[in-house]
Amino acid sequence: MTAADHTVEDLLRSLAPQVLAVLVRRHGQFYACEDAVQEALLAAAVQWPEQGVPEHPRSWLVTVASRRLTDEWRSERARRDREVAVALREPGYAAVAPPADEEPPAGDDTLKLLFLCCHPALTVPAQVALTLRAVGGLSTAQIARAYLVPEATMSQRIRRAKQRIEATGARFVLPSAADRDARLGAVLHVLYLVFNEGYTASSGPDLHRAELTGEAIRLTRELRRLLPDDGEVTGLLALMLLTDAHRAARTGPGGELVPLAEQDRSRWDRAAIAEGVALVTEALTWSPPGPYQVQAAIAAVHAEAPSAAETDWRQIVALYRLLARIAPNPMVTLNQAAAVAMVDGPRAGLALLAPLDADERTAGHHRLAAVRAHLLELAGEATAARATYLAAARGTTSLPERRYLEVRAARLAADR
Amino acid sequence: MKYMLLIWNRPGFVEELAEQERNAIFGEVDEIMKELTESGELVGGQALADPSQTRTVRSVGGRAEITDGPFMESKEQFAGYLMVDCDSPERAAEIAASWPDVRRGVGVLEVRPVMDEAGTEM
Repeated sequence: MTAADHTVEDLLRSLAPQVLAVLVRRHGQFYACEDAVQEALLAAAVQWPEQGVPEHPRSWLVTVASRRLTDEWRSERARRDREVAVALREPGYAAVAPPADEEPPAGDDTLKLLFLCCHPALTVPAQVALTLRAVGGLSTAQIARAYLVPEATMSQRIRRAKQRIEATGARFVLPSAADRDARLGAVLHVLYLVFNEGYTASSGPDLHRAELTGEAIRLTRELRRLLPDDGEVTGLLALMLLTDAHRAARTGPGGELVPLAEQDRSRWDRAAIAEGVALVTEALTWSPPGPYQVQAAIAAVHAEAPSAAETDWRQIVALYRLLARIAPNPMVTLNQAAAVAMVDGPRAGLALLAPLDADERTAGHHRLAAVRAHLLELAGEATAARATYLAAARGTTSLPERRYLEVRAARLAADR
Repeated sequence: MKYMLLIWNRPGFVEELAEQERNAIFGEVDEIMKELTESGELVGGQALADPSQTRTVRSVGGRAEITDGPFMESKEQFAGYLMVDCDSPERAAEIAASWPDVRRGVGVLEVRPVMDEAGTEM
């Protein structure tokens, strides 16, 4: 792709939700409007890099998408395709001025769209797919590539999601005050999932997936612009930036995973860290601490340590305690145990893990085995550590994690 | 999460069925494929030719030796697979349980999670 293509794509992605919102407000019919906007985006992606960006790009897209929509209503598919092909060849679109009835884009529109796409009637994978398409402006093909499924599968998933939304009769409005927190929680969850999907894949052959990280950060930035008074939105953005800062250091030359303690900190992205630290520090001065802010604060403590040995583990333990109180979850306990081991020794960490064997969410989970193996290794119990690393390796469905855990086990075998 | 559903059944069992029964099985398979397509869970799937057409390749004395017939002389043979992308292992097992070979007791489905290229540092 050339630089011009990139500029056009960035522009289209930022205009996508605005255009969709204009159409939905005028016509209702989210399902049909979303299709029409996708087609207008595709037409622009072909035309603009060659012919130049129109003077009023948003109006151009609204006009083309509206025409698609009315064509859809008027005629059968074959005729419609022919007409639009002709319409797109007509000169003069670039000169179209914004219609008088077209208000400048309200930030609320993007927000309403996010809430609609993360509607509780949808499964989480459907929320993710629809958000990336309707708000992120990604094509079905791009989303399918990112999630490693055939385009037909992704297309069907999106279609089904839109049908569900229509069936619930959900309207294009902001949720009521009573629902707002839960609905915003779903939006943040979807954005974080998109981020993680890209972040965990940021090495190896899956470069399309890695782009999801940038997309998640972009959308979260946009959300923060719309909701500057929500500490958790800021917290999530900080968490993403602080995590993404490790990207260059988290894998070795052969794609193998490098644990935090062994990462080359000179390769961390200092600009991202500075922004993330500033965001979370500022948010915590006025917002009640939520789970994303506390996780970002933990990431900030790691980020500010000059070396792994100089990490302020006491502060990290205190933050995990806070996190366990506001968002109790056995996965938090797991991380807390690893931090406690650094302050009070591996035995104290292992003691914290014991109850997790009785919790169905963690019993037999490879992450529990991986942390336990690590603490056993620190405690000098090489045989037990080795067996536990191997159990964790058998339990994971991630190739790089399996490879990492097998290497840890093999090192212990070689040491004996 | 992606799962591969490995279909194992007794070769030739379909030939022994009455035509009506055979059509019923194909109808059930069509129905499941339609449902999985519409839900956006179907990633792919293939049926394999009769095991008599198998060639097995193994190393003998450092050289590849090719023999006719399947590697395993078991009663049930690998007949094909489905690949699905679904929410939970329970859902994958539910899909497997609906497969006609399982419902009629003429085969078994193995549900195997597919390894992901992505991972988090530990």
